[in-house]
Amino acid sequence: MSATTATGGLPSDISSRSGAHDPYRLGRHDGGAGVGEGGPASRYVTVSYGFWIFLLSDIIMFSAFFAGYAVLSGATEGGPTGRELFDLPRVAIQTGLLLTSSFTCGLASLASHRRDQLFTQVWLAVSGLLGAGFLLLELQEFATMISDGAGPSRSAFLSSFFALVGCHGLHVGLGLLFLATMMAQLAVKGFRDDILRRLHCFNLFWHALDIVWIAIFSLVYLLGASS
Amino acid sequence: MLGKLDLSAIPLDEPIPLVAALVVFLAAVGVLGWVTIRGWWPYLWREWITSVDHKRIGVMYIVLAALMLLRGFVDAIMMRTHQAATLFGPGYLPPDHYDQIFSAHGTIMIFFASMPFIIGLMNFVVPLQLGVRDMAFPTLNSVGFWLTASGALLVNLSLVIGEFARTGWLPYAPLSELDYSPGVGVDYYLWAIQISGVGTLFTGVNLVTTILKMRAPGLGYLRMPIFCWTSLASAMLIVAAFPILTATLAMLTLDRYLGFHFFTNAGGGNPMMFVNLIWAWGHPEVYILVLPAFGVFSEIFSTFSSKPLFGYRSMVAATLFICVVSFTVWLHHFFTMGAGANVNAAFGIATSIIAVGTGVKIYNWIFTMYGGRIRFDTPMLWALGFITTFTVGGMTGVLLAVPAADFVLHNSLFLVAHFHNVIISGVLFGSFAGYTFWFPKAFGFRLHEGWGKAAFWLTLAGFILVFAPLYLVGLEGMTRRLQRVPVEGWGPPLLVALLGVAVMMAGAACQIIQLVVSIRRRESLRDETGDPWDGRSLEWSTSSPPPAFNFARLPHVENEEPYWSVKQRSIEGQPLEAPDSYEPIEMPKRSATGFLTAFFATAIGFALIWHIWWLAILGFIGAYATFVVFAWRDEAEVEIPAEEVARIDRERLRVREAWYRRREEAA
Amino acid sequence: MSTRDSHEDHVPDMDDAAPGQEVVNDREPIGGLTGYIIGFGLALLLTAASFAVVMTDLVYAPAVISALVVLAIAQMGVHLVFFLHLTTGPDNTNNALALAFGVFVVVLLVLGSIWIMSHLDHAMMPAHQMAPGGF
Repeated sequence: MSATTATGGLPSDISSRSGAHDPYRLGRHDGGAGVGEGGPASRYVTVSYGFWIFLLSDIIMFSAFFAGYAVLSGATEGGPTGRELFDLPRVAIQTGLLLTSSFTCGLASLASHRRDQLFTQVWLAVSGLLGAGFLLLELQEFATMISDGAGPSRSAFLSSFFALVGCHGLHVGLGLLFLATMMAQLAVKGFRDDILRRLHCFNLFWHALDIVWIAIFSLVYLLGASS
Repeated sequence: MLGKLDLSAIPLDEPIPLVAALVVFLAAVGVLGWVTIRGWWPYLWREWITSVDHKRIGVMYIVLAALMLLRGFVDAIMMRTHQAATLFGPGYLPPDHYDQIFSAHGTIMIFFASMPFIIGLMNFVVPLQLGVRDMAFPTLNSVGFWLTASGALLVNLSLVIGEFARTGWLPYAPLSELDYSPGVGVDYYLWAIQISGVGTLFTGVNLVTTILKMRAPGLGYLRMPIFCWTSLASAMLIVAAFPILTATLAMLTLDRYLGFHFFTNAGGGNPMMFVNLIWAWGHPEVYILVLPAFGVFSEIFSTFSSKPLFGYRSMVAATLFICVVSFTVWLHHFFTMGAGANVNAAFGIATSIIAVGTGVKIYNWIFTMYGGRIRFDTPMLWALGFITTFTVGGMTGVLLAVPAADFVLHNSLFLVAHFHNVIISGVLFGSFAGYTFWFPKAFGFRLHEGWGKAAFWLTLAGFILVFAPLYLVGLEGMTRRLQRVPVEGWGPPLLVALLGVAVMMAGAACQIIQLVVSIRRRESLRDETGDPWDGRSLEWSTSSPPPAFNFARLPHVENEEPYWSVKQRSIEGQPLEAPDSYEPIEMPKRSATGFLTAFFATAIGFALIWHIWWLAILGFIGAYATFVVFAWRDEAEVEIPAEEVARIDRERLRVREAWYRRREEAA
Repeated sequence: MSTRDSHEDHVPDMDDAAPGQEVVNDREPIGGLTGYIIGFGLALLLTAASFAVVMTDLVYAPAVISALVVLAIAQMGVHLVFFLHLTTGPDNTNNALALAFGVFVVVLLVLGSIWIMSHLDHAMMPAHQMAPGGF
């Protein structure tokens, strides 16, 4: 006799299976682990999903800055407008750099699937350099605008512009720090499971930044230059 | 070198904060000294400060919340006594101090009392109810807690060094802009909330991931306990709403520090935009707090009625409905700002609709009790107190949702009474109910029933005595945040409210006595079965307190009320297999990352408040270094050998069996 | 984390894909290098189209904003499908639902703010009627 029957009303082990007792078939699902029937998901899925949720919250933060820009973009206070300030060729180059960077980051991910240390590092480095180029162009743009008297304290329009674009730039900068740390880790530790998971998170982060940039170049720069 | 900080920051001319600070300081020194004398530091460091165990972190959250609840309550007592005193004289709080008090009261109660209490409960309970060993990201969990503690520390530091905001619990622009609030008060607010907000966001991400990706085998979505569902909804709201708060406060920070023009009068800024954005976070925040409390009540109504929850699936649907619709009602906080009739009407209607979800829940709770065998233990009393008083608060909310009525009632004490009515009976009663309900699970002994019941009745009576008069004077036109009371007729209701505060103080005292008495009599209150309330979900199937790994073997879930059905089967005499073999369990390693991150975050926050730029830079470097050290470690887990698991689990079974034998012999 | 803690990481779970995970099964239209190249090409095309809308007169001026919004959404879709490997398969349900919730909040926040704030602006007293010095 097991400990359970000895304790009568107090079962000892809930993990033992003794027949289904689910008359309404509640919670029955055709799927597998994804809907929770199969126990905890793998670390890879869990970590990536957590990062995905974090990215969504980040994008909602950007949307608040977008809302600020949308409301305040008309408040130029007699100062320069987007039409006078935005330099579309520079924006085109920035867009090209960031898009290519996203692409090479994908190539790094493919190389990591092959456990190819050299090409993973090469493509990561290329992504980083392209991102750094993007950031330099943005800093140069900011410096020019501020020295021309079109800094963030000139008008509410410029405040919201600097905050929105600057927030994206800050993310790219932090992404570069993330990337550099990641490359060092990869070089030292190799393709360990946890390193692969973080590499995947970096991929998600970098692609998400590119998606935010699509909204910025379309709705801030192009729209601002056209109206 | 020290930025704006000098000796004049310490309010030597104001006796009240100084004495308060002195008392707090002496108490802190006393506690730290006691810990040092007893040699508890290594234990505290190993088992609590660097712990990544969700149970320990949950308990620490609730300890923080309880301390802050007392601090916020002191502010409330000061406001009530001051207003009553002004009926007979000038009162004892000068206007600028009074303004700091009501600002600190709101800020502390929402961000550092309610939030940590609710998050603490979720932290402790959710993994146990899901039948898993820990949260998805244990170290992140610790970081989240310590960042919240860091924010709380900064707010309390403002008592001694500098000042706190005088702008209300939400620093409306342009009052909070540099032109009108040149001091460091608003900066304290901004950095404290930003730091703890990041912590809250981490916890939200962690909880969503845990609930969606880490559940015991067989625990499909529609078998999750309702508390897990409400926690999921609340965590989703955290993830979606807190970034809006972060962005809004960042904009205000840019205005104050770098001369931006988001919300200023000058430069084309738009102060109304601040109100718009802050409430786009603020309304979901209400549901972040109250949804988990609804979950607690659902568990309690079902357990203490000895019945399954009525309308489980409609409960889930109502929870998710509230979760989504809570993002569409934020304008009702500023109906009077001057939007057109169709905007006001749209948000008014949405606000009335969201009450339907709560209505569904209330009927479900009533039907859960109907025909049940109800036990009136303390948690059930809190739940019954909730359902009666919350309904009143909800009804006044629907009244305020009518824009035309809101034009009369906006900013009055009627509004103050309304939101205290829902927050106290919803969130606070929910927290106390959850605290009493799960205390035996956390510590292995129950809380004393008599003192608990006394605390409940006194708190309930005091709560009604305080806020019923405030409804009345609010209807008569008394606005909130008055440092002087200009109308004589408002005197008697305010005195009744003062009496109510005294009764609530007695309630709080009973609560503290209850804890002390329970600790002293812990042997007679011991819970040896792990199931003190005849519970229905998985957390009651393990021992009290649970071992570090929660479950020796992951439970296998076959229906909605896994533990209840197992008990039923056992009573029906169907034998269950005892675990004959155990496997080693890997648990996350403890880590000082959370504590260190919060240490540097506090330094950064303090440095930015006082413009000590070098310290801020050092803080950032320290935080990054902490992160890299954490990322560089090679061993993230410790293994508990199978023999140890077996020893712990067999001991649990032995204690249980002995308890049962004693009961049989007595019967 | 120790190397042996998660051997399950190497076996892709066909019923529960991690966000951005390329699970090569019948639900993934195009995988591997080809997928990235096609995505890159499409994104470049759409970007060029966006710039062309503004820098040339091809599009009727009042419709520029609609064109830009449509092109931006299309390009975001390309990124999600080809770079982030989001599919409509049941293995991606959780990921897509989370994304949908996020998009819902983003849309509500941005459109709601614009709607509310434009109303408030209409109700504001015109600047020239205000007392000098603001409020």
